Amino acid sequence: MSKSLLVISRQAPWSGPSAREALDIVLAGGAFDLPIGLLFMDDGVFQLAPGQDAKAVQQKDLSANLQALGLFGIDDVFACSHSLAERGLTPPASAQPLDSAAVSQLIERYDQVMTL
Amino acid sequence: MKFAIALFSAAHAPSSRRALLFAQAALAGGHEIVRLFFYQDGVYSAANTVVAPQDEQDIARQWREFVSQHQLDGVVCIAAALRRGVLNAEEATRYQRSAVNLEAPWALSGLGQLHDATQAADRLICFGGP
Repeated sequence: MSKSLLVISRQAPWSGPSAREALDIVLAGGAFDLPIGLLFMDDGVFQLAPGQDAKAVQQKDLSANLQALGLFGIDDVFACSHSLAERGLTPPASAQPLDSAAVSQLIERYDQVMTL
Repeated sequence: MKFAIALFSAAHAPSSRRALLFAQAALAGGHEIVRLFFYQDGVYSAANTVVAPQDEQDIARQWREFVSQHQLDGVVCIAAALRRGVLNAEEATRYQRSAVNLEAPWALSGLGQLHDATQAADRLICFGGP
């Protein structure tokens, strides 16, 4: 049985390649049919913010990659509700909000954890 | 125990040195390293163009020597490396660039190698990152 991996994405979408590279790990894992979870935390929750305009900062739109998660069989997508509230974001439909206790339980549930 | 080690920071970052010390201690303790995977700015820890001041540690060189000496599987993510201008001879030729700054014992490969190592290892240990 495959080991499960939780990727914790903590960087804002336009702060460099980190957010994209975290997502690439998740999508690659999905392509190999591995049990992968994705948790947006700290500035990482900005990736879920609506109405982003990638062109304004001459970047590629990351939201297309986020939408691909389902196609790659990645259904376990979470967002830290504390991080969302701190940044004035409402919980998005695409990620299940978790409070701090639930985040700890989530991390416990996975065999391996990677923070980017 | 079998370890997979992922590094996300450049040779000049303290976490690169910490990762190296951890890897050395793991082998000294009789453990196995199934693979080293350098990702994000970790690709700079594998570059052979780093020149450390004489009175400072040359961590990129120490990594090369460590991987060679123990014949470890040292993998640098190809997408992260290309984006940051870390190229082996093959990629420099492919993209018509004049510089080659990655050589053996490092191999360029994809993220599948990270997942493969994670599956094979008892523990995944990550260094660096935000």
